[in-house]
Amino acid sequence: MSSTTNSPTHHTSTIGSIGTPSRRNTELALLVFAVVIPVFAYANVGLAINDQVPSGLLSYGLGLGLLAGVAHLVVRKFAPYADPLLLPVATLLNGLGLVAIWRLDQSRLLKQIHQAGTAAPRQLLYTALGIALFVVVLIFLKDHRVLQRYTYISMVGAVLLLLLPLVPGLGQNIYGAKIWISVAGFSIQPGEFAKIVLAIFFAGYLMVKRDALALASRRVLGLYLPRGRDLGPIIVVWLISILILVFETDLGTSLLFFGMFVIMLYVATERTSWIVFGLLMSAVGAVGVASFESHVQQRVQAWLDPMREYKLSQSGAPGIHSEQAMQALWAFGSGGTLGTGWGQGHSELIRFAANSDFILATFGEELGLAGIMALLLLYGLIVERGVRTALAARDPFGKLLAIGLSGAFALQVFVVAGGVMGLIPLTGMTMPFLAYGGSSVIANWALIGILIRISDTARRPAPAPASNPDAEMTQVVRPS
Amino acid sequence: MNKPLRRIAIFCGILVLTLLLRDNYLQYVKADSLASDTKNRRVNITRYSTPRGNIIVDGKAITGSVETSGDYKYKRTWSNGAMWAPVTGYSSQAFGANQLERLEDGILSGNDDRLFFRNTLDMITGKEKEGGSVLTTLNAAAQKAAFQGLGDKKGAVAAIEPSTGKILALVSTPSYDPSKFAGSSDADAQAWSKVQKKNDPDDPMLNRALRETYPPGSTFKVVTAAAALENGEVAGVDEKTKTPDPFPLPQSSSKLTNEHGDCENATLRYALMVSCNTVFAKMADNVGNKKMIEQAEKFGFNEAELDTPVRAAESIFPQDNRPQNSLDGIGQGSNRATPLQMAMVASAVANDGKLMKPYMVDQLKAPNLDTLETTQPQQLSQAVSSKTAQALQEMMETVVNDPQGTGGKAKINGVVVGGKTGTAQHGLNNSEKPYAWFISYAKLSDGSAPVAVAVVVEDGAADRGDITGGGLAGPIARDVMKAVIDSKK
Repeated sequence: MSSTTNSPTHHTSTIGSIGTPSRRNTELALLVFAVVIPVFAYANVGLAINDQVPSGLLSYGLGLGLLAGVAHLVVRKFAPYADPLLLPVATLLNGLGLVAIWRLDQSRLLKQIHQAGTAAPRQLLYTALGIALFVVVLIFLKDHRVLQRYTYISMVGAVLLLLLPLVPGLGQNIYGAKIWISVAGFSIQPGEFAKIVLAIFFAGYLMVKRDALALASRRVLGLYLPRGRDLGPIIVVWLISILILVFETDLGTSLLFFGMFVIMLYVATERTSWIVFGLLMSAVGAVGVASFESHVQQRVQAWLDPMREYKLSQSGAPGIHSEQAMQALWAFGSGGTLGTGWGQGHSELIRFAANSDFILATFGEELGLAGIMALLLLYGLIVERGVRTALAARDPFGKLLAIGLSGAFALQVFVVAGGVMGLIPLTGMTMPFLAYGGSSVIANWALIGILIRISDTARRPAPAPASNPDAEMTQVVRPS
Repeated sequence: MNKPLRRIAIFCGILVLTLLLRDNYLQYVKADSLASDTKNRRVNITRYSTPRGNIIVDGKAITGSVETSGDYKYKRTWSNGAMWAPVTGYSSQAFGANQLERLEDGILSGNDDRLFFRNTLDMITGKEKEGGSVLTTLNAAAQKAAFQGLGDKKGAVAAIEPSTGKILALVSTPSYDPSKFAGSSDADAQAWSKVQKKNDPDDPMLNRALRETYPPGSTFKVVTAAAALENGEVAGVDEKTKTPDPFPLPQSSSKLTNEHGDCENATLRYALMVSCNTVFAKMADNVGNKKMIEQAEKFGFNEAELDTPVRAAESIFPQDNRPQNSLDGIGQGSNRATPLQMAMVASAVANDGKLMKPYMVDQLKAPNLDTLETTQPQQLSQAVSSKTAQALQEMMETVVNDPQGTGGKAKINGVVVGGKTGTAQHGLNNSEKPYAWFISYAKLSDGSAPVAVAVVVEDGAADRGDITGGGLAGPIARDVMKAVIDSKK
């Protein structure tokens, strides 16, 4: 095996023409849809709100088309065998998100409350930055295994990123959750970046340790219990997520990181016992923290009885009470099966964070059940393509990184959408690609970039059969 | 590593599936209850997104809609709101609606099922939803006469067309202007709180014509006279009654006296003309409580659900012992009546004994002016025989026309007017200012009676004389009747 891996690039060029199709044209065709659909949606909003096609339609269409085109060309050049669905689906979600943000920009109510009037142009800028980072990832990360070298640097980086919101003067407390930092007037959610960096660390670490974790264990009651010293890492990660919960008071971030680690640990060791451990520990942690942390308690109460919370917020009761949860439920309910149509809902009643954490409610009201199901399936598609990449990846690091990123992505979608729809308590995270917020968009484009890189490596046609040293002597000249 | 990967894939699939199920629950199962939740602001945003249909009097709209800057786009306006409030009620973005604005809300807001087909059509063609209109039976001139007649005084007027039951005027003072709190701003909230009973002892939001009951005082003697005639207690209006003056109340040591006149053994006609208490107290006693209740109920008393369509308060003639029953006979016992009820008494007398159901909505019209519903006049009862009605008319006309009569102020040239005054004492030991009453009808030369009216003025003058009813309330009744007659010409 070692003899085949020394120069894979050399071989691909020789048998590329008879190997797997690259699917780049499929991607291009899908991208056309991914650009055209948001452009129509944009026109729709303008017609509904101002009775005219928005004046920015052409520049918006060209802008989104240009960004998608650049991304496509870079993929075509630097990752020709990459999965053809990831880029179009991400572009579609990002485009629709821009439309929804622009739609909320038009709301008089939101203009009065905060600077939301100019969110869409900023989001377009963030999107451009995100695509730029995507391009950078594809150009400079020729092989994802390079990341393996930065395992422990990643660990330090991730811990720093997670700690940043706690630095006095830098961290911001928004509605009780401390997961933002403020730099030069920009709010940044370091957790979004930490998600990727942590996945790199976990993948690198588990790849090395997986045999020890998997094999050196005792069997008790049908479960493989790890040795005490192998328990170390999971306990450290658990403690960190508990600390996040306590100090940043954000259940979602905490759940996301711990869940991602458990998924990767399970995949690395193939031991079900880790899942059981993980579930137990997260339950203990969540319940333990919730028993004394008032902010978490309050979030749970708001989840159990949003109407009570709404009434408290209306009556000006002491403490932080938010009408958002109930307003979001009303938005979903008012949307019904088919929705009110773009621009004809009243999701601005959610007020604060209507275009970020709660943006899904706008889709729910204006596109209805049908629209939300389509969006959830799009997210499901991204996750599915990510898992498929993990399955197809040939190296354990790639497998772990791909499943870590897709698993985290799935958990984030679940935590945010579940929170907004009242399935679980609300957390301060955002819907990837849809929600307003630079950190989210930029980090998620980087995430898609890494997945595309891994899938390109995975789907790249197998290297040529081993060149047998004996055969070298009698090699026939291949037709070129 | 692929086996756990596949399991994680299934796990992620379950996450997405859970979200899909939750969304179906939220946006399909719970959608309607969330969408129609009254706390959901969208309910009102939709409601006020189109101009409301209008309430029409004499072919002219007395309401309107004006565009506002808030997210509730249109708010209600009224022309001369204070005068029309007892008819229309209010319709406020913040405080809901009452009376016609609430009862006919389906038509006015365009949400009525009968407008469904049209609304669906409008939705397809992209036309804005419109409300229908409510055509009332009211007479603008009569309403104005009544409102101006009451002026600053506290009181109420109800006028009815006897032959149909159409309500021609319905006034209550002091009134309120519903335009002041039609919106949802702070100023609206202040205006609203100002007219609440706890902040204004005059209770301007009380619709006195329909919703307040008063002791009917001497105007009730018409009912007692009807009972006496119907039950044969007197042979005719000009027969002497065997009535002592003062009249000792049965089973009681009290003696009932009269304010004026020579009431001993007086005829029914004379007794009604000068308003003898003794004669009618004795008549009520002779008729008996059971028969008195029967007669009162034929005129509309003890009816808890009289809907015009705005529900009128129940006028009461209760089961009583003999002395109370005697006092009930002169309207000073425990019987109580709304101004509308006493107008119904006058109208039944004028309509040859037939009591028509009072109503104020004539027609409901769709936005395209198609008639959706027309109210048909409906007879409630034959209150008295035609013969008794004639006799009562003669007596009531004497009240107005005889120089000794108490109702002279209600005379109208060239028109036959019948009436009855009343001064209802109330409060502990009758300490408070009495209520001045007047009920009457007008008859034209062709024998038709276009209007019957009841007026009550709460702060009657200190003069306890029966004349107050005629003096204070009579001219108002006259002006209302005149306004109706003039508008018919």
